Amino acid sequence: MLSRTADHLYWMARYLERAECLARMLDAQYRLSLLPRPPEAALQGWTATLVSLGMEQGFLAQHGAVTPRSAFDYLAFDREHPGSILRCLQAARENARAVRGTITSEVWETLNETWLQSRSFGTHVPEHSRGEFLEWVKYRAHLTRGVIEGTMLRDEAICFVRIGTFLERADNTTRLLEARWRDPGGSGERLANEASEWGVLLRAMSAFELYRRVCREGVTPLRVTALLLMREDFPQAVHRCLDELQSHLAAVANDQSGDTVRRAGELHAQFHYGRFEELCADGVAAFLDRVQARLRDLGCRIANDFLVPLGAA
Amino acid sequence: MLDADAQARPHCRQYWSWLTEQPRQHLAQKRAEADALFHRLGITFAVYGETAGTERLIPFDIVPRILPAEEWRRLEAGLKQRVRALNAFIADIYHDQEILRAGRIPAEDVLCNAQYRPEMQGIDVPGGIYAHIAGIDVVRDGDGVFHVLEDNLRVPSGVSYMLENRRMMMRLFPELFARHAVRPVEHYPDVLLENLKSVAPAGITDPAVVLLTPGACNSAYFEHAFLAQQMGIELVEGQDLFVRDEALYMRTTRGPQRVHVVYRRIDDDFLDPLSFRTDSLLGVPGLLHAYRAGNVTIANAIGTGIADDKSIYPYVPEMVRFYLGEEPILANVQTWILRNPEHRAYVLDHLPELVVKEVHGAGGYGMLIGPAATSLQIEEFRARIRAHPERYIAQPTLCLSTSPTFVDEGIAPRHVDLRPFVLSGREITLVPGGLTRVALREGSLVVNSSQGGGTKDTWVLGD
Repeated sequence: MLSRTADHLYWMARYLERAECLARMLDAQYRLSLLPRPPEAALQGWTATLVSLGMEQGFLAQHGAVTPRSAFDYLAFDREHPGSILRCLQAARENARAVRGTITSEVWETLNETWLQSRSFGTHVPEHSRGEFLEWVKYRAHLTRGVIEGTMLRDEAICFVRIGTFLERADNTTRLLEARWRDPGGSGERLANEASEWGVLLRAMSAFELYRRVCREGVTPLRVTALLLMREDFPQAVHRCLDELQSHLAAVANDQSGDTVRRAGELHAQFHYGRFEELCADGVAAFLDRVQARLRDLGCRIANDFLVPLGAA
Repeated sequence: MLDADAQARPHCRQYWSWLTEQPRQHLAQKRAEADALFHRLGITFAVYGETAGTERLIPFDIVPRILPAEEWRRLEAGLKQRVRALNAFIADIYHDQEILRAGRIPAEDVLCNAQYRPEMQGIDVPGGIYAHIAGIDVVRDGDGVFHVLEDNLRVPSGVSYMLENRRMMMRLFPELFARHAVRPVEHYPDVLLENLKSVAPAGITDPAVVLLTPGACNSAYFEHAFLAQQMGIELVEGQDLFVRDEALYMRTTRGPQRVHVVYRRIDDDFLDPLSFRTDSLLGVPGLLHAYRAGNVTIANAIGTGIADDKSIYPYVPEMVRFYLGEEPILANVQTWILRNPEHRAYVLDHLPELVVKEVHGAGGYGMLIGPAATSLQIEEFRARIRAHPERYIAQPTLCLSTSPTFVDEGIAPRHVDLRPFVLSGREITLVPGGLTRVALREGSLVVNSSQGGGTKDTWVLGD
């Protein structure tokens, strides 16, 4: 397969996944805003979300100060902001368009239709319809994944789609947790609220029911964090994503990818054989930082070994 | 479709009676359905000069153009003959130039032409074929006879619309195909791939064929992606290819892989920055070396523009006589060459009746349609012709035939042309059909999609 084709498939998948993860993060913040919290806690939550995404500077340069409404619009609808959901959906579609000969026409039509429909959303969307928008994003992402699974040939192409999907998802799960840990309203003193605040996070990750099934104890920050990092059977968990990443990387291995496969395996082993308490011995935030750095490194290596090296295009 | 008394011609009678029975609302609904489908399928084209990323639909007319078997047979024979002569001409020009020595075409018209590529002189190409894919534009004049308006031998486009229009018609009106013996066109990609494989460098048994596109910003990108997918070959951009030791490779996830045949949809000028335009980012450095070494076939070959240039066009009938010893089956449209003083004098006296075209223009840009022009425009062209007569040709304003078309006012006549696609490999083939373009504005003669033209499905009927 052409390296450039693999590159477009990989980024098509990453942008789609990123749009979905952004929708989940916004969903978490949106639901939190419905809880009886002091207004400053809500603002801290939005600031923490922007910081964990690395978008705080860009946002402040444009808007000056954080308000729930402006943060939501910036992350969801802002067509000038390359990190917004609408721009991610557009980027996914542009990448798909570049390889529409490689993906099935069903996959292309699904992504194209998502983009066509996305054009009707914008900052004019009334407050009460914002939840619907987030639901729509998640639904289109589910649909697209289903169409990919249901129609694409099991060859290299789908491997690169999955590599993009799971690398992006692992990264986003860590960012979502990071945002929650940075938001002081979500940990520490106010224990009464804690359970509901972390419950909100679980719901945003479609994980609340799963949590109840696998963990019959009360919702605490550490338990939720452990679940979203370490469970191998949970679709959004980093461990699960690394399982997938490792096996698809092995399937496309070439002459120069040995070290990349090894590093992916090394990271996976931490989650597979490591103890959560030991990994987080110096704090959850520090561990999340380390994992993000490793994922970034893997992204660069994958680009160099298989795709169009970053910055070369 | 209709004769002078507005009666359906015999081969269209059945369709016409069906069409006239359809309520207008039903047809409008079908047209809306087609538009929605084309949007969802992303069958769009980019318009140059508009905001980046603007994508538009080419309007699709749901009334097909219908050609009877007998008429197609004659057209097919004429097109094959013409393309055979054109290929012979290009081969001759880049080798012994016998036609120039015989004085049938003025040597300076060819050798001083910007489309003549001295780099090609003496290069042998597989099978002696240069124009593997030719899109020949034909129009029916007032006398009802097909004339060739233009030969497109560089990177002719539009075939994807021929295929998609048929697919759309079968989806919208399956019942019509049950009732009419419409000859199929969907095997075009298979024929094309076979042809491309057949011109691979000597000794290659399982050639790797790729389609080279300028990229997703090109106006015909949909077609490039579509054809690559239909043929099951890689759609590559210049950055995906490189030349090493006079051989062409593509960069893949498993390392470099040899490429033997390039179906290119990039103009000559951009193919190789080492040999042509040095600022081209679309091409492949060193491609011409690999080509000259005979390690890769480029289709269409470099330098085919010498045969489809508007200043060479008047000589094509002479080529048929010279190379094939036959009389041309298809006639040209009468053409005045403005470099010629007698022709020029006539044209300058008759500008309001004539169509003046730039020799190197394309896409319906830079032309004067005398009868539709203001006196100011005519004077402007007069000055331009006087300044650079060699840049222009003139033709009579054709009484282009019309075909019934579904427009806002209902079914109405609109002017059409036809571009069949002629494929040359081991033999010359064409699928029965082509791209019918239609000028949707009442009275307009310009069918180009960049100028508000639309397309129709083209039905060639079986015997």
